[in-house]
Amino acid sequence: MITREFQSLHSDVNRRDFLKVLGGGLLVCLSPVPTIAQESGRAANRHELPTEISAWIHIDADGQVRVFTGKVEVGQNIRTSLAQAVAEELRVPFESITMVMGDTDLVPWDMGTFGSRTTPTMSPQLRKMAIAARELLVETAARRWNVDASKLIAGSGKVTSPDGKKFITYANLTRGEDLVKSVSGNPTLTPATEWKVAGTAMPKVSGRDFVTGKHEFPSDLARPGMLFGSVLRPESYNAKLDSMDTSAAEKMPGVRVVRDGDFTGVVADSAFVAHQALGAIKAKWSSPTQPSNQGLFDYLKANLEGKSDAEHQSGSVIDSFASADVKLESRYTIEYIAHTPLEPRAAVAEWNDGKLTVWTGTQRPFGVQEELMQAFKLSPKQVRVIQPDMGSGYGGKHTGEAAIEAARLARATGKPVKVVWTREEEFTWAYFRPAGLVEVKSAAHRDGILVSWEFHNYNSGPAAIGTPYEVPNQLIQFHPSKSPLRQGSYRGLAATFNHFARECQMDEMAHALKMDPLAFRLKNISDQRLKAVVQAAAEKFGWGASKSSLERGFGIACGTDKGGYVATCAEVAIDPSTQKVKVLRAVQAWECGAIINPDGLRNQVQGALVQGLGGALFERILFSNGRIENPRLSKYRVPRFSDTPQIDVVLIDRKDLPSAGAGETGIVGIAPAIGNAIFAASGTRLRHMPLTPEDNVIKS
Amino acid sequence: MSKFLLHINGKSYPIEAQDDESLLSVLRNHLSLTGTKYGCGEGQCGACTVLMDGAATRSCQIPAAAAADAKIMTIEGLEQSGRLTPVQEAFLQEGAFQCGYCTSGMIMAASALLHDNHAPTDEQIVTAMNGNVCRCGTYPRILAAIRRASSASAGGAR
Repeated sequence: MITREFQSLHSDVNRRDFLKVLGGGLLVCLSPVPTIAQESGRAANRHELPTEISAWIHIDADGQVRVFTGKVEVGQNIRTSLAQAVAEELRVPFESITMVMGDTDLVPWDMGTFGSRTTPTMSPQLRKMAIAARELLVETAARRWNVDASKLIAGSGKVTSPDGKKFITYANLTRGEDLVKSVSGNPTLTPATEWKVAGTAMPKVSGRDFVTGKHEFPSDLARPGMLFGSVLRPESYNAKLDSMDTSAAEKMPGVRVVRDGDFTGVVADSAFVAHQALGAIKAKWSSPTQPSNQGLFDYLKANLEGKSDAEHQSGSVIDSFASADVKLESRYTIEYIAHTPLEPRAAVAEWNDGKLTVWTGTQRPFGVQEELMQAFKLSPKQVRVIQPDMGSGYGGKHTGEAAIEAARLARATGKPVKVVWTREEEFTWAYFRPAGLVEVKSAAHRDGILVSWEFHNYNSGPAAIGTPYEVPNQLIQFHPSKSPLRQGSYRGLAATFNHFARECQMDEMAHALKMDPLAFRLKNISDQRLKAVVQAAAEKFGWGASKSSLERGFGIACGTDKGGYVATCAEVAIDPSTQKVKVLRAVQAWECGAIINPDGLRNQVQGALVQGLGGALFERILFSNGRIENPRLSKYRVPRFSDTPQIDVVLIDRKDLPSAGAGETGIVGIAPAIGNAIFAASGTRLRHMPLTPEDNVIKS
Repeated sequence: MSKFLLHINGKSYPIEAQDDESLLSVLRNHLSLTGTKYGCGEGQCGACTVLMDGAATRSCQIPAAAAADAKIMTIEGLEQSGRLTPVQEAFLQEGAFQCGYCTSGMIMAASALLHDNHAPTDEQIVTAMNGNVCRCGTYPRILAAIRRASSASAGGAR
């Protein structure tokens, strides 16, 4: 593990001291820039901005480049694409870059890895630093040779004289030196048209470790003398403990029961015994009456919480709706779903002389550090959180539950403790993508020009709530509700549901207008980037080549969020006797500016579509009276090989535009595309996500 | 509590485990063979897949003691003197992963499939692999990797 080579290095140490610890060389730091916060469930914890440095790059005497960032690798391949961006600007071979990520003692503070922010924010920051490092190296070479720096050329990890006869490697330039530079300006980034390392299909860094089982995920880590912990859970949400008998558990050899306020856990020298011991605890709970799936959407609408600000308002939706030729009013709903990362929450905690170190799977190492500081009344220097590249998150691992639990058990026992949540715990005690409802009223002129758009989202969220279509009269509002279940971030946030509701409504409008859904969309789009993906998807798909029939349907949807543009076409087959749906084919066109790694991007865009199939067709959390009724993979269906259609991804590379993030928005198009294809074939309009929860069968 | 030997990747390990402790738990927590993953604990996700006498087996569903007579192969046992198997090589070539957490189980399941059927059709691959979940959604690439490995095996690369 890269990070274990280092002793603890705090981001507030003097930069020269930092360089001493690293053994000299060249260090470039970037002065702070503002970062952007996004919703992270209701418990959004807005941290202050970094006060010191926001990232740094170090080059050692062997020419090895270490890049320090608080962003983390969760499967989105950012370790690879950030290294490409740095290699590009520093003019070094890709292989000489090591990304040091997500270790709160080694890297500068970072808000976390979510919101598709790494590519548009961290990547340019690192590139700026790489440019500064390159300039410093060139200046150093110029001094040594006593020549004009502007004449020298940096490339392949060395500085070369204008005639190409003389060169000096970066390693030679940094050896025995203490070169420090702080950057705050805006150097000119290398244009994407001139990229040599960025813009290429680079395979995942250390891919070999993943095919050999060598990579250590958070749940794989072990520490000397480590014990295993397991935590007692209430029988339902908001349950109060009436009584507890831990005597049987305590009699088990090697088992220790730890009670700390409301917290009860067990520790043993094997995970198996810890779970056995937990099962031997007899606890009695009393649970309040709580909401269920039945009546959920009425509940959400009736239990508003907080302010319902208009996200967008223009003209008059009342007048324009009243006087329009064609009008529709619809209600769309969406159930809670679970992220179900294949690796559940996991943490190993260790206390040494009052300092807590936790290895855990999280998208927010510094957020977890703060949770631990609060839980144990510690200062930042007393808590180190390390995030090994983990078994995914999809927005579901923003929080530090397992970290706190492991730390509590480790403190009580004086030994390192590992806590790995069971699948059932992950389904029950993590958080969900919000359920919600959308009420929409839309109207158009007979010629297909939209005139009125009124859109209210209850509880699901405001992400991508606006319409990208040209509509003169709009009222768009998000209404937060009191959620009966714990809810939070999920890949794409509410953009999925807001796109579903909008794109299905657009499809309904097209049919009401007797227009082709593609033609209707194009008529109302002026955004050229959106138009480009719609046309690209339609062309690849062969839109209009075949007509939908009772057994075959074609649907289209499009949208934009977080700087990414997406259009999705789907072809579904429907068995006329059983009404069973199968998605046969999908085409997704995608554009997010200049492409840094086309292979990684293609993987993300395709993967997002596949993941989106689950929420589109069958994923849903069933709950009743404060309990999750399907907290297992045998009861909660996720997409499998057999659900996966033939997928074509069309990437549009806009080298003239800055790169946007691509981890999320690829998920938003598939649900409405399928819903619209089902309507085209069957005439049944499904306005609920998931569309076909019971065995993929259409029920109107 | 029973004492028995497990034969894993060509080595024998003396084990002391309770009768109902799973093979997965023993691999991961007693032997530090953490390449085999926990995903669901009910045989639904395939992350814990190992080979038992060549057959793809959910190690979370079988007590370790019941595996005492079998030849067990885990992901750690595939690479020989630095050489990857055609399946591992194909996963690398196709970039058939994102977070990589399902990869061990996928590779073990695919290895068993290709051992039994050197040239499976896509339909046969989907049927054989359908018990393995990839939440990142890399199924099309995994399918491509298995196709690639199948032609590599057919070419005698194995």
